[in-house]
Amino acid sequence: MKVFLVLIVSCWLTDIWLFASEVPFDSVTVEPPSMAGEVLVRDKPNDTGGTLIIQWAISADDTAAGAGIDGYMVYRSKNVDGPYKLIRVLPSGSISFEDTGLDDGQAYYYRISSVKDQLESQIVAGGPAIPSGQWYHTKRTPILVLMILFCITAVVFIVKAKGGYTFYVRPIAGIDAVDEAIGRATEMGRPILYVPGLGTAADVATIAAFTILGRVARKVAEYNTRVICPNYDPVVMTVCQEVVKGAYSSVGKPDMYEPKDVFFITQDQFPYTAAVNGIILREKPATNFYMGMFYAESLVLAETGFIAGSIQIAGTDQLIQIPFFVCACDYVLMGEELYAASAYLSKEPQQLGTLKAQDWGKVVVVLLIIIGTVFSTVGWSWFSALFDIG
Amino acid sequence: MKRELPLMIVLIFGTFMAFQYFVPHRISSDLYQEFNNWTIIIGIFAMVVGIGSLISLHYNRIKFKKPGWGYSTVTIVCLIGMMSIGLIGGTENDLFLKLYRHGLAPVTSTMFSLLAFFIASAAYRAFRARTILATLLLLAAVVVMLGRVPIGEILTGWLPRPLQFSEISNFLLYVPNTAAKRAIFIGVGLGVAAMSLKIILGIERTWLGGEGRK
Repeated sequence: MKVFLVLIVSCWLTDIWLFASEVPFDSVTVEPPSMAGEVLVRDKPNDTGGTLIIQWAISADDTAAGAGIDGYMVYRSKNVDGPYKLIRVLPSGSISFEDTGLDDGQAYYYRISSVKDQLESQIVAGGPAIPSGQWYHTKRTPILVLMILFCITAVVFIVKAKGGYTFYVRPIAGIDAVDEAIGRATEMGRPILYVPGLGTAADVATIAAFTILGRVARKVAEYNTRVICPNYDPVVMTVCQEVVKGAYSSVGKPDMYEPKDVFFITQDQFPYTAAVNGIILREKPATNFYMGMFYAESLVLAETGFIAGSIQIAGTDQLIQIPFFVCACDYVLMGEELYAASAYLSKEPQQLGTLKAQDWGKVVVVLLIIIGTVFSTVGWSWFSALFDIG
Repeated sequence: MKRELPLMIVLIFGTFMAFQYFVPHRISSDLYQEFNNWTIIIGIFAMVVGIGSLISLHYNRIKFKKPGWGYSTVTIVCLIGMMSIGLIGGTENDLFLKLYRHGLAPVTSTMFSLLAFFIASAAYRAFRARTILATLLLLAAVVVMLGRVPIGEILTGWLPRPLQFSEISNFLLYVPNTAAKRAIFIGVGLGVAAMSLKIILGIERTWLGGEGRK
């Protein structure tokens, strides 16, 4: 009984102490953050389709000085009444979102809310908007205009050339040296090595290499010399075989064509380089042509050719490789000269006509650069903005 | 017909590809992708022709004991060996991976590393001060090289900033060098456009081989 009384008394005292030690709370009301501003939904311009851009004004609480928010929640639905699905939670400070992978022609509705400590603001609705792809890229109009102008100029010069007008073309040492180099090989009784680079048949530089190969092979066939053409790409090899075969046929010596001289090596860059180096050192060609697209192997090839004592003519549109070729080769066709080579070698008036169009194209580009520089200097940025192609 | 058909195909597809750039619609981009896939498929078939050419070339060298026929034997053995291992065990096969990682990769890296020595020998020839232009090239090269390494900073760090190697080096790289590169780049762009036009219009036909003769 005594124990029971002691327990009751101690419980009563403990309860008094606990009650006395309680600090009364102020009542705290947690409020949701301010909602985002007006929501605008529109189709993304100049795109393939399936994309909408959702833009909104930031919430009044989304400031560095304010209470801040955690982010924005973006909901999407195909019906105005829902159901809406949460598609993205964006960090605070966000003002737009690109919703991709949508169905073209379908209307979409959006709802945006700001969120703070898992409490969402009132929802702001936007839409409907329908995604669609465009049939014309409006920002690329200046390029289209320049392209059409260039084509018209080229056609005008081609027609003029067909009419018998003779154009002056400045001499290019590398192209003038082609005949001399082939003659040297004939005199020395050594073959000519023609390397069409590492490009594919879809690269314009490689196509330019085909045209030069055609002219070189024709001369080679006339002089009864041999041309060796190792290839990196099997499609390029097939075209090169056809080009060389055609050149031999065109000078009436189809039997002299040796298909095994135009062959495939590998599609690995440095094994290809090693193989071509081996050919240079074993066959000791009198002349090496490097035409087309080249990368790190350019100097390795050209230096090996130099060691072998060959005359070397290179042509590439790869800016980084041009200095390497300039160091190691006797003649270099830089950039556009590679494309102009076929016109120079053939001397066909139609081909020379396009060269003139190129020259006028350069005049137009230089004028545009000068106008753009002057306008930007005086603060008229609209002109340079014309060429922002997006 | 053997000449007209390829020219017609080039005219149609060349024109389509030129104007496809201005049409962002999905149908246009899907067609572009589809045509690119065709290129890959054609490339795969062409690989068979390429390997055939390789085997035929080396087989004849071995058969007629031409100089260097031993190398041809190594080529054929490696080609057949790697293909067999890959076909039987797959490209994730341990032996295949070992041969690739410890055989082909080091050999390729060795070939690439030779570039450093070739750069040294080519630079030695290019930088010989035989003419005024070559001397200018040599001076520019020395300044750019010293401007990129700490010793350049030690040598000219006490000078006013515009006279330091690093500043002159940056000026040479970003002003005259960039201007020259852009000039070449503009020329290349116009050259590509002119070449494409010649091919599309059928003025340039060398790529057709024997059928391209007028």
